[in-house]
Order: sequence, then C-alpha cells, then structure tokens
Amino acid sequence: MENKIYVEVLASFDPGGVMLPVLLTWEDGHTYEIDRIVDIRQAAAMKAGGSGDRYTVRIKGKESFLFFERNASLRGNNIGRWFVERKSQG
Amino acid sequence: MARIVLHSDLNSFYASVETVLDPTLRGKAVAVCGSTEDRHGIVLAKSDLARKAGVKTGMANWEAQRCCPGLLILHPQYEQYVKYSRLAREIYQRYTDRVEPYGMDECWLDLTGCRCVDGLAVADEIRKTVHEELGLTVSIGVSFNKIFAKLGSDMKKPDAVTVISEENYKEKVWPLPASELIYVGPATTRKLATYGIHTIGQLAAAPPEFLKQRLGVNGVAIWRYAAGLDTSRVMHQDYDVPIKSIGHGITCVQDLLNSEEVWRVMLMLSQDIGHKLRANDFNAGGVQITVKDNALGWRQYQAPLEVPTQLPLEIARRARALFDKQYDWRLPVRAVTVRAIKLSPKSQPVQMLLYDDPVRREKRERLEDAVEDIRSRFGKSAIYSACLMGNLKMPGLGVHEVNLPGMMFQ
Repeated sequence: MENKIYVEVLASFDPGGVMLPVLLTWEDGHTYEIDRIVDIRQAAAMKAGGSGDRYTVRIKGKESFLFFERNASLRGNNIGRWFVERKSQG
Repeated sequence: MARIVLHSDLNSFYASVETVLDPTLRGKAVAVCGSTEDRHGIVLAKSDLARKAGVKTGMANWEAQRCCPGLLILHPQYEQYVKYSRLAREIYQRYTDRVEPYGMDECWLDLTGCRCVDGLAVADEIRKTVHEELGLTVSIGVSFNKIFAKLGSDMKKPDAVTVISEENYKEKVWPLPASELIYVGPATTRKLATYGIHTIGQLAAAPPEFLKQRLGVNGVAIWRYAAGLDTSRVMHQDYDVPIKSIGHGITCVQDLLNSEEVWRVMLMLSQDIGHKLRANDFNAGGVQITVKDNALGWRQYQAPLEVPTQLPLEIARRARALFDKQYDWRLPVRAVTVRAIKLSPKSQPVQMLLYDDPVRREKRERLEDAVEDIRSRFGKSAIYSACLMGNLKMPGLGVHEVNLPGMMFQ
C-alpha cells in the first residue's frame, strides 16, 4: 500500500507570507482541526519518500507529521502539495 | 593563516534522488538512463548496488542490463534534480556565502574567516543536516585548497568526511595516481607516464620548468595542484561566470544523411543561439561547429564571421559553409553542435565592409526584431522558417537547467 497520502489542507497565510495549516481532511473525508503547530523544519520523509517542510502538528492531543512538498516548477498557482505518512499497519 | 575549504559531493546524485522520491527503490540496483528512442541511451547515474554489479556511468543501456540483470532503468527527472541541488546549496549557504557549484551534485565552500572555524565540525554537521532534511548522503573533503578538498571528497564514500591537512597531505594525497587530480585526463595521464610520472607525489617532485616545456601552462597548473600550492578562490554565490561562447548541440534521433538535413538542424540550433545572443546583448565574431559521426568520432571546426552578428541565418550559413568544406561524408552524422564564439558587446562599433550591403543587413535585423517580438508574445513556435517544418530528426528539445563544470575560477 502506498505510504504517501496526499491530503486536502486548508491553510492560512499571515501578512509576512508564513503559511500555516489550519484544517486537514483525511482520505475518508473526515476533517480534523489542527490544534497546535509544535515544530516546523525541513526534513526528508523516510517512509513515504520525498522531502519538504515538515510540520509537527497536534490533532486531538496526538502529534503527527504533516509535510508540505514544494512543486519543482517556479511559476503558476500550483505551489505544492500536502502529504502525510501512513502509519505502519498492525 | 591556512584556508578552510570544503568540497561536498552528493553521492550517486540522480539515483539517490530517485530513491528519496520512491523509497520502494531502496536496496535495489537502479540506474538513471537517457532514453534509447532519442538515442541518449546511456547510464547517467547508478545506485550503489548497480555499481557493485559493474554498471558504469556512460555505459549503453543494453550493456548495463547485461552486466546487471534485473537492473531497474529510470528516466531522468531533471526538475527534481535541480530542486534537490538547490536545496543542498541552501544548506551550504547557512555556513558561508562563498559556495561554488561544480555541476549539479558538487560544491566548494570556503569557510575561511567565517564564524565557524572548525572545518571538520561543519562538514559533519552538513553531512547530518543533508541526510535529515533531504534524505541524501554526501561525502565531504576538508582541506586548505580546492584541489585537495575535492580529492578528499572522493576518498571515503558515501556519507563520510575526510580531512586533508597541511600536516598529512603528503601521506594521503601523494601516493594517489596522477589521474585522480582534477584536469589530468587520459591524454595527460599517458603523457606523464612516458616521463615516469605516475603518482601525484611524483608530479609534485617534477621540475615545473620541465612540465611547462612539455605540457604548456597546464603543466605548471597541475604541478601547483599536486604540490598543494593552489590558491584559486571559491567564487561568491552571486558570481556569474562571464559568457565566452553561446552554443547549442543535439544528438539526432536518426542519422543525418546529407548536407540538406544537416543544414536544417544547424538552422534550428541557430535560432536559439540568436535568441541568447540577443538576450545577453552580444554579437558573434565567429562560428564553431562540432560534428559527431555515427561511429562516435568527432571533429571541431571554426571560422570567423566577416561582420559580427546575432542573426541566426548568418550564423547558420557560416556553420553550413564550414561543414560543407570540411566534412567528407565517409559516415553519416549523428550529432551537431553550433557555437557562437568571439563574442563582443552589441554596442561595440563594427567596421563596415566594402562589398557588403549594410542596408540589407539592417532590414534583416529589423525582420529578426519582428520575429523575436512575435515569439515573445505568442511562444517560440509561433513563427519559424518554412524549411524547418516536418521531420528534422531532432528529439523534443528538453531544457536542461544545468551548469556544466567549466574551467577553474582563478
């Protein structure tokens, strides 16, 4: 099964241009509110593949990683995609 | 005070990026290869396992598959490599503003005078950061000049740091074969061997006057490199290499069989050259062509232009005249490169010729202005010569955003 799941994210931009995720919609259509952003750093997604800005987010008391993968092209309004890593089965 | 220079080399770069993007490739023999259909079918990069099976960069795809059955062949994704190359450079720039790329996967860093003076510690930190942030591995050489730093990065791979200091370079570098040294290619290696020079140490011990006599200025340069006397600077990250020539070349999808076919390819290549000359405000004072036949033998010819120009048609015509005069057609042509050389600024006054028609030239320039204008508004293929329609035997023109390694920055 694919370990990389692209998800729909609602994000906000502050006047300084900083992008922060607000809501995350899981592949089953369920929407979760992001309570807190604990950490933001550049990191490789070892399990899912690729790399990007890794947001450590807290949702309902649980911490998980949410990655923003930038597009390789320089223009257009498609600037990148959000993805999460699938938790290992079992 | 000794300088602190690092050379960082991303290990089997293309193949590693592919593995980062698709972790299921991890632990498999993988090679990134050009497309066989476009006749670029050679190995561009390979993973560690493929290397162990005997796959070498530059091998034809079928050769690689024969020596490593089960080899996974991937098509290159240049935009991803450019992205990762930039991200790596961004990491280097956290430590110094003197970061000089050498191809996509290698960079020199000069830490002299920076806040962090411990070269080894910085190298180790970079190695860890690149792995954490990008999932790639680097090998880094730390030394007091660019040449030894580069040698150091080749010594231990992957994911390692090697220090070559003023104290230990004689033991570490001098026993290595002379061919390991940058700019000592196969021809120079052969020449050196005839004088009994096989190692870098022997090269350093040779009298520079003798080397100058035999190998010219390059002889003295490689002697300085070998002796650890290189002082070339690491260029600033914003430094643009001055343009010395503008060229365009292509390997055709089928062999070119007659002068007419070569002409059309040359005219097509000249369109881009003209555009680049214009964008950089240069006139070409001469034309150089490189022709490769289908046995992969190649020849290079050059000739001056009577009047410096940026007109594609004139460049292409000169290229064709040169080709028709020099090429003997014993074999069909496989690849052609046209290059505008002896560049001068467009604003520089030009000596007129007695038997030239300047009015006609001016008209042609205005025509070219109009063509440029149409292309800038409606795209590159909005207007072109009728003779360039149909099959030119040229592959889809892939844009490669790559700075190829050039001469050492002095």
